[in-house]
Amino acid sequence: MTGATTGASLAGADRGPAADATLTTPTSPEPDPPAATTVDVDGVTRARRSRRRRQALVIGVGAVVAVALALVASSFGAAAVTPDRVLGVLFGQGDRVDRFVVLELRLPRIVAALIVGLAFALAGAVFQATLRNPLASPDILGVSTGASLGAVWAMLGLGLTGAVVAGFAFAGGIAVAVVIWLAAWRRGLHGVRFVLVGVGMSYVCGSTIAWLLARGEVREAQSALHWTVGSVSDVRGEELGLLALGVLAGVIAVAACARVLAPLALGDDRAAALGVRANAGRIVLLLAAVALVATAASVAGPIAFVALIAPAVARRLVGGGGAALTASAVVGAVLVLGADVIGQFAIPGLTAPVGIVTGVIGAPYLLWLLARTERTRA
Amino acid sequence: MSAEPVPAAVRQATAPSPVGLAAEGVSLGYDGRRVIDDLDLAIPPGRITAIVGPNACGKSTLLRGLARLHPLEGGRVTLDGRDVSRMPRRDVARRVGVLPQSSIAPDGVRVADLVGRGRYPHQGWFGRHSSDDDLVVAEALAATGVADLADRPIEELSGGQRQRVWIAMVLAQQTDIVLLDEPTTYLDVTHQLELLDLLTQLNRERGTTVVMVLHELNLAARYADHLVVMAGGAVVVEGAPTEVLTSETVHRAFGLEAQVIPDPVSGSPLVVPIGRFHS
Repeated sequence: MTGATTGASLAGADRGPAADATLTTPTSPEPDPPAATTVDVDGVTRARRSRRRRQALVIGVGAVVAVALALVASSFGAAAVTPDRVLGVLFGQGDRVDRFVVLELRLPRIVAALIVGLAFALAGAVFQATLRNPLASPDILGVSTGASLGAVWAMLGLGLTGAVVAGFAFAGGIAVAVVIWLAAWRRGLHGVRFVLVGVGMSYVCGSTIAWLLARGEVREAQSALHWTVGSVSDVRGEELGLLALGVLAGVIAVAACARVLAPLALGDDRAAALGVRANAGRIVLLLAAVALVATAASVAGPIAFVALIAPAVARRLVGGGGAALTASAVVGAVLVLGADVIGQFAIPGLTAPVGIVTGVIGAPYLLWLLARTERTRA
Repeated sequence: MSAEPVPAAVRQATAPSPVGLAAEGVSLGYDGRRVIDDLDLAIPPGRITAIVGPNACGKSTLLRGLARLHPLEGGRVTLDGRDVSRMPRRDVARRVGVLPQSSIAPDGVRVADLVGRGRYPHQGWFGRHSSDDDLVVAEALAATGVADLADRPIEELSGGQRQRVWIAMVLAQQTDIVLLDEPTTYLDVTHQLELLDLLTQLNRERGTTVVMVLHELNLAARYADHLVVMAGGAVVVEGAPTEVLTSETVHRAFGLEAQVIPDPVSGSPLVVPIGRFHS
């Protein structure tokens, strides 16, 4: 793998045969470089394959856990259906009661939890990778809070109900993202500025929601409160279909641009040197991520911390400094479904919406992350 | 812009049609403050060019302008006579590699992966690495002497090793022109020499055009075929170091009293500053 191959393949693509001729001369009068000169292609291939294998392993194990959780979630509950009967139902058998309980009552909730988790986590991974900041996630930045504000305002301020509320939630999320954008843009988007403006926006939205709830009627406020916590309990039918379609569109958009994340992670200068339009790539990816969050939050409300935690967990599992988008999505789906199962069944006689559970899990993680960041800075 | 005529040797290298990288009437600045005004510079192809000058003379800004890392306020940068800003970025990235002053390595990234990211402009839409990519990466690792570090996380490496890895990444980009912004800044003298030797080797073995901004005048004079001395946003003088690096040049560009003697090792000019207490 030395000599002729080395010269021919390392020659600049645009240079002529004369240059190549000098390159292919294996015996150079120059002294050899100090360290190893052996070209170890197999080593590089091995390293690349092992990276890919580890990623596939994380995704595969995550998928298995998700299926197991789904089985648990469709078996437990007021009317217990044993796992073998659940499988029977899924393969088109089982009695009518089982079919109704599994397919009509439980499956939509399970699918909603998986999709919402996937959407929040993927959006979080995109935010953190493009802004190069593990704290920059749509829930910390107020995009999800903006979606709650949209919904709460539609219900309490305008007296609307039904699917329109989801539309307002979507608009709220997008609006907050646009405001952060305009306020943070200074010849490009820079991580820290974007995060600070976002945290401020999150507080503004939170206070406005509190004000709307405080001046609303008690009963209305009770139902609006659902939008500030996050729950997948009544996502079904048409709403579920819209969620699936919206998230699919977002996933496709992210997948189409995900390639720029590897050079973008090395800094804007280095990305530009590799031929990437850093700001353009960032804008498209962030737009897709905002759409994902707004879609998910418009049917399920802001499910706290999923967008922050799932990518962090996925990156740690996959390793190697990549953005780990797919792994993040899988971890997010598992996290939300798992939290929903915990919220329904962990404490007998007490159910909690999924957003409460993720909040309880997420808050300590955020504190730990902040403490660790402080320590490494010091 | 140069105060003295460009030496004939360099002229020959750039003739007959415009080949390689050139700045034509380039103006650069930051937020309305002009740093460089209407500057012309032709980079001799297949040679090592060093740009030197006092702090804030605009040398890094010029390099960033040549590398498309900084927007031009006027003029144009050309590659083989074509306006770079009108070329597809990917095409430029296959011809011109850049080592910027600051680089970020993502947490936990391993050497081979990082170097592989230099393949970006050569890869298709899905960015999958092929076995050809692996070969180029392996060769880049070998050429920079970091092959045995391929599987190590970048944060475990020393400063000198890290800089070699970044250079390996630029090599993996397979460009015939390489621009480096103060590549020796954080290195001790041994590693500075090692790095400049490596760049010289690349230049001699592969004909790579090397352009670097350097702080250290004597190293620049020793390693460069073509020296560009800047001050106040303009080129004071350019040419072969032996011809242009005189005590008068040093005085004009740096405001420094110095003797210039032949380097006992290489014969290139050696600038010996005088200072207030040792005349």
